[in-house]
Amino acid sequence: MSATVPLPTRRDETWRYSDLKALEPHWPLPEAEKITIPAGAGWDEVIILEGGADETIVRRIDLTLGWESIGNVHILNIGGGYSRFELTVTMDEEAEFNLGAAQIGGGSQNLEIVTNVKHDMPDGQSHQVVRSVLAGKATGTFLGKIDVARNAQKTDAEQSIKAMLLDRTATANAKPELEIFADDVKCAHGATVGELDKQALFYMASRGLPPAEARKLMLQAFIGDAFVTLEDDEKRAMIEEKALAALEKIS
Amino acid sequence: MLKIENLHANVGDTEILKGLSLELNAGEIHAIMGPNGAGKSTLSYALGGRPGYEITSGSVNFDGEDLLELDPHERAAAGIFLGFQYPVEIPGVSNLQFLRESLNSQRKSRGEEPLSGAEFIKLAKEKSALLKMDMDMLKRAVNVGFSGGEKKRNEMVQMGIIDPKLAILDETDSGLDIDALRIVGSGINAIMRQPDKAVLLITHYQRLLDEVKPDYVHVLADGRIVKTGGPELALQLEEEGYEAVAA
Repeated sequence: MSATVPLPTRRDETWRYSDLKALEPHWPLPEAEKITIPAGAGWDEVIILEGGADETIVRRIDLTLGWESIGNVHILNIGGGYSRFELTVTMDEEAEFNLGAAQIGGGSQNLEIVTNVKHDMPDGQSHQVVRSVLAGKATGTFLGKIDVARNAQKTDAEQSIKAMLLDRTATANAKPELEIFADDVKCAHGATVGELDKQALFYMASRGLPPAEARKLMLQAFIGDAFVTLEDDEKRAMIEEKALAALEKIS
Repeated sequence: MLKIENLHANVGDTEILKGLSLELNAGEIHAIMGPNGAGKSTLSYALGGRPGYEITSGSVNFDGEDLLELDPHERAAAGIFLGFQYPVEIPGVSNLQFLRESLNSQRKSRGEEPLSGAEFIKLAKEKSALLKMDMDMLKRAVNVGFSGGEKKRNEMVQMGIIDPKLAILDETDSGLDIDALRIVGSGINAIMRQPDKAVLLITHYQRLLDEVKPDYVHVLADGRIVKTGGPELALQLEEEGYEAVAA
């Protein structure tokens, strides 16, 4: 059936910033992976998207979180040339979803993370932290849609999206999107795009830290926001090391 | 140790330093006082090499080296410490990590062995105790959530750890209450009052100079040193004001 679905165009909101040319040879995409977490259970997933500059990577997950279950997803997206992660989360009562995601790109990479968190039932909470560092002519996109259904009262949905541009030629797209039909909910979201703080760089230099080291410390801290919630020390060390290597490659 | 000759510096298109000359020898503490807008902070940033502060003429010699040829981090490694009027917050980077990497970068560029983690912690503990700062604050992100006084005290802990030859302290006394001023003052004395070190204290007020006794006091007005004297000059300034003394 998916064979009849036409290739998306720029008019499709969730493909607006995508590299459609890179996508075309892979279209139609296989069905999204379906993962269902039963009531009261927990699921921790660490996902790393990486590949050569000429590779296209698309990974799609359709996650259903049962009553009182917890889903923790940590993603590091460092390419291929075009690399997209799509995640749909459907949440039952009192379910909790945590996303910590980082994208690091340079050259002409196009990296994107697209999430749709559906609070269908009451008392759910979702927390999403996304950090992007982009250099060269890279594009980094985060589209985060949150749906809160009419009966999903007491939902607590939070999004923090930040991007750092190392060069003026890089592009960051950040789009939080909230559709709320319940009236007693907490939905906080913030999106910023910035550059490295020049005052901080001079402050660090004045203590003897060479510019490259100072940049590295600041970027490491910036990306680190995405992984503080990763409780498995070994996995966190692994993902931070990969992130650091990717940062060194682009800066 | 430091010889500034006829220094002219611009910020943007505006000339702020207009032929400033000053010489500091090892073992000396100099205070620079002056009205707002005289160029005090510009002098400290120009010596630190902050981007945007353009030296248009003049020279600065530090221990026989042309300071103006060095990048900011190289000036630090050469032995210059800048105490900031407004210390900068660095979210997510702990004081300990920041200072250890800074110190070891300096040591590396001087051809010295890096300090091990244990050696560094010992040093950091000693210096934070000297400034009566809780060691836990060093585990927190640099200056994030610190009060104005805590930031200034943290500057002095950093100075103690880095152990520079020359400290240029830009209004380190502002934002300090009387007790904190005393602690910071005795910290400066303990760390920097040495025969092989020198201090350039930039301040508005006499109060800090009661704690850290200067050997020389200079009045900076309109981008130049207009008067130099001993500690009594600071007292005279406090009584009569800049305008009367500098005229």
